[in-house]
This record gives sequence, structure tokens and C-alpha cells, in this order.
Amino acid sequence: MLASLAIVIGSLILIVSVIVLNGASSLSLEMLTQTSEGSFYLGSGGGFLNAIVGSLLLALPATAFAFIISVCIAMYLQKEFIPSRFSSFIRICLDIMWGIPSIVYGVFALTIMIALGLHGGSVLFGIFALTLLEIPIITRSVDESIKVVPHGLKESAYSLGSTRFETSLHVVRRQAMPGIVAGILLGFGRGIGDAASILLTVGDSNYFPTSVLDQTAALPTIILNLAGMPEKTVQNKAYAVAFVLLLIVLSISILTRYFTKKSSKYIIK
Amino acid sequence: MHINKASAVVKKKSFLSALLILILSILSLFVLKDIALALILLFVAVALIAVNFLIISRRLFDVLGTRFMLIVVLFVLALFFLLIIVLLNGSGILLEHQSIGDLLFSSAWKPFSNHFGLFAVIIDTLIVTAISMVIAVPISLLTAVYITEYAPTRLRNMIRPFIDVLAGVPSVVFGLCALLVFIPVVRDYIAPFFGVVTSSGFCLFTASLILSIMVFPIIISLCVESFSSIPLALKEASLSVGATKWETVKKVIFRASGPGVLSAIFLGFGRAFGETIAVSMVIGNQELIPRTLFGSGQTLASLIANNYTEVASIPLLASALIFVALILFVVVLIFNICGFLVLRRASKRWKY
Repeated sequence: MLASLAIVIGSLILIVSVIVLNGASSLSLEMLTQTSEGSFYLGSGGGFLNAIVGSLLLALPATAFAFIISVCIAMYLQKEFIPSRFSSFIRICLDIMWGIPSIVYGVFALTIMIALGLHGGSVLFGIFALTLLEIPIITRSVDESIKVVPHGLKESAYSLGSTRFETSLHVVRRQAMPGIVAGILLGFGRGIGDAASILLTVGDSNYFPTSVLDQTAALPTIILNLAGMPEKTVQNKAYAVAFVLLLIVLSISILTRYFTKKSSKYIIK
Repeated sequence: MHINKASAVVKKKSFLSALLILILSILSLFVLKDIALALILLFVAVALIAVNFLIISRRLFDVLGTRFMLIVVLFVLALFFLLIIVLLNGSGILLEHQSIGDLLFSSAWKPFSNHFGLFAVIIDTLIVTAISMVIAVPISLLTAVYITEYAPTRLRNMIRPFIDVLAGVPSVVFGLCALLVFIPVVRDYIAPFFGVVTSSGFCLFTASLILSIMVFPIIISLCVESFSSIPLALKEASLSVGATKWETVKKVIFRASGPGVLSAIFLGFGRAFGETIAVSMVIGNQELIPRTLFGSGQTLASLIANNYTEVASIPLLASALIFVALILFVVVLIFNICGFLVLRRASKRWKY
């Protein structure tokens, strides 16, 4: 048992240390402050600021949309709004969506994109694919925390004359806050790190995107591109990018712990 | 009185945010020169203001809010079914060209001569997923048991964040690590150990290794959850009749949390089955069944990732990739339904 624990912890430490050791040594300030002017892939200067911005431009709106949609769904799944047969049907659909590999969402968005006559890729459809990916993740987290809201609390809100929507908006929302926060951050972390869905939909670019129909670079996709390059010096840049991505994801994980702790202060049990 | 005040605050807030969005819209029109974005923002602002004037009674507010949530739910359900329709429709083009039996049971993947056989890829996918589960399941189960039953509280509180972090690491980072660490190890030590000297390291076995690491956190965290929901009295009863701790784990905990463990394994399987990027970085990307585990292969998901760039030049290829996505979707669907049924049966049998 200790051996298996050691394998699990060891593999995590191995992965983090490989990325940190290789990434920190090849990372430079220049890489973080410049866009990749085409020569980035050829071994000379340039940076990946455009990929960082691109990743944020994809993940932030996607998380925002997914957040609104997920909170609505999770609130609606309460038994005041909907009979339990429908809610279990919706839950099964969401479970299936949770299990669908992200590349399938990528293919879905790509197919729609081709049908609309767009080629190469665009930010908009990247956001679309990521939103689909994040909806089940956030919904599950919010739903779990709404399920444990004590019934007496809701009933006392109703007995004071508040409507279903007001109760959801003011009472249930506050009780479910840790789940909502955790869901948003989980979804964001998953969205910013997911390569498969945006690989197919956003294309690649060396500059900042200027419109929602532009192609853009993103952190996971340029890691993939860099790792596939033959030269060793270029490959090392992949570790620098991965280091930045890992830093973002780790800080999200820490933020999640902090904010869930903070927001669970106001919960009435 | 109080409610009127509260709704006044809400009105003021939403009015201010509408103004803000309006300003953003004007900015995006004149600074970014992006008409589409400006229109979207304008629409949102107008909608906010409209809603603001509409809220005359709390009753109307309640009805509108509920309707809005219903619309969102229906929208997502519609998207879900649209996904199915798009996948079915897209693969229909290929099915007119080639029979489904030929697609699934011929192993010649020749996109340039418009022949698509997926047999080799399917077999590779099954092999990779099976090996990764064989590695991951025992290790994760033992770790979960250790965390819930044996570890002192302090150690437990230290391990949990580690598992959460492992769950959040992006797949492309796993792939990168496998490229640097696992490939040389497999090429230089593991493959020769099993008598294969010609392996490049880009092989099914490396892919299974990295997949099993990716599956650890899913199985562990779900198992820990279901282990710790077992009532204490059940464990104490077992211990009080003289069972050792390990016997209790084996006969009481595993059995009582059987459904939870099963669904954890199902979920882990789903993740391993559909993982794309990490696999495509290390598997070697050749559509054939290798003679040993240390030869290159291709899985269904990595097939899509490696071929999508040529979609524009070969029309049928797009349809073929959609068909592959459809297979992935159907397998996930079947697994979910199986998991649901097994869970229902199991929770009836393993009742406590």
C-alpha cells in the first residue's frame, strides 16, 4: 500500500520537477513579454505572450458562459422546479457530456465551422468547444453543493413569502457558494489546459487576435507544436511554456482551496 | 418595505452594469473596430435595461427567472442532441461510400486512396486502455484504502492536495514529461528487458504508462469519497468480531463501497479511452497493430488529432474523422448506460 502511494506521489513529483527544472532554466523574461514573430519556432528569439493572451481569451469567456449556463441548470435541477424524472434525465445527459472526450467537442465545433464556411480556425469556436467542455464540470460541482443545502432553510425562506427564484438567488446561492467557486476554478483550470478541443478549432497565429473570427495561438497548442520540432533548442522552449501553464494551473488549484475555505464561512448548516 | 429597498438596490446595480456594458460596446466599436463584438455587447446592454424596466412585480421577476433557467436547460439539451445529429450526419457521407463492416474490420487506413479501415486503430485503443487500467486500478485502490484507513490524519490532509493537483495537470504536460522521461526509459531499459531491442520508445506501452498516471487521481478521489462514506459502525462491527484490519478492508470496505468503486473504474476507463494529446505525443502514430507492445500504434482519439490538418484537401477524410468521433461518443454513451445499470444492480446486491 505504501509502495502504491509512493508510486502515485512519486509520479506527480517526477512530472512537476521535470517541468520545473527544464522549464525554469529555459524560460527568460523575453519569452514572456514578446510575441512569437515566426522565428520563435526556428530557434531564435521571440516569446509566447500572444499564446498566453490567446489562452486567456479562450478560457475566460468560455468559463463565464459555462458558469452562467451551469448555475442556471444546477438551480433548475432542484425539485421545486422540475419533477425528479426529468432532473435525473438531465443529470444522465450531463454525466455523458462529462465523459465525452474533449476531442469530440473539437470535432463538433470544427464540423460546424466548416459548414459555416470558415477555415483554419477562430477564437469564437474555440470558446464554443471549451464552453461545452466546461458546462458538465461546473454543473456537477454546483449541483453537488446545492443538493446538501438543508431543506429547512429553503422552507423558512418560502414561509417568509419569498418566491422560488428569490430563494434560489439569495438563499441557495449563498449556501452553494463554495461549490460554485470550486466549479468555476475547476472549469477554468480544465479549459486553459485542454489541448484537444482547441487544437482543432483555433488554428495558430504569431500575433494577438484582433477579432473573434481570428486564429490565435494558445499555450497547450504551442507546447504541442514546439515538442514536435526536431531541434533540441526549440524543444526546450516547450518546457518553458509548459512551466508557465503548470504555474497557472497550480495557482488555480491553490486559489480554489483558498476561496472555498473563505466562502464556506457564511454557510448555515 | 425591506423588499422594495432590496429590489431598488438590484435595479441600481443592474442599471450600472448595463451602462458599463454599453460603454464597453462603444469602445469595442471605435477602438477595436469589431462590429460583431459591439453588437453582442449592445444587445446585452439593451436586454439588461429592458429587464430593468420590466421588473415591476416580484411575481413577474420569479416567472421570468424561472423561464430563463428553463430556456438555458433546453438550450444545453438541444446542443447535446445537435452534437449527436452532427456526428451522425457527418459520418453518413462516409457510410454511403464504404460499408460499416468494412470500416470497422479492415485495417488499411489509406486516406489518399479514400479507403478508411479502423480495425488496427480500434485494437490498439483497446490494448492501450486495458493495459493502463491494469496498471492504474490496483495502485489507485490501494492508495485510496491507505489514505482513508491507514494514514494518520496529518498525512491524509497532506496527500489530498497532491491528488487534486495531479488531477489538474493538463494532459499536454503529461505528454511532455513522457517524451522526456518515459520514452528513453522504455527504449533503453524496459523494452530490452522484455527482449525487444528495436523499440523506439514511441510505443503502446509508453502510452499506457502515461495514461495510467493520468487516471490515478480520478479513481483515487472517487474511491476515497466512497470509502469515507461507509458508516463507522460497519467497520467497528467487523473489527469487534475479531477480523484484522486488512480483512475488514477486504470483506467489508470493498464490498460496501462496491458500486462507488465500480463507477470510479468506469470513469477512469472513459478518461483513458478518450485521452488524445498525451497519447498522440508518445504512441508513434502508425495505423497498424504492432507485433509487440513496444511497437508504434495509434488510438482512435489520437487518429483525429493527427489527421485533422488534411481535412481540407481530402473531402472524405473529414467524414471519416467524424465517424471516429462518433465511435468515441457511442462508447462513452454505452459505458455510461452500463455504469448506470451495473450501479443499480450492485447497490441492490451490496446493500448494508
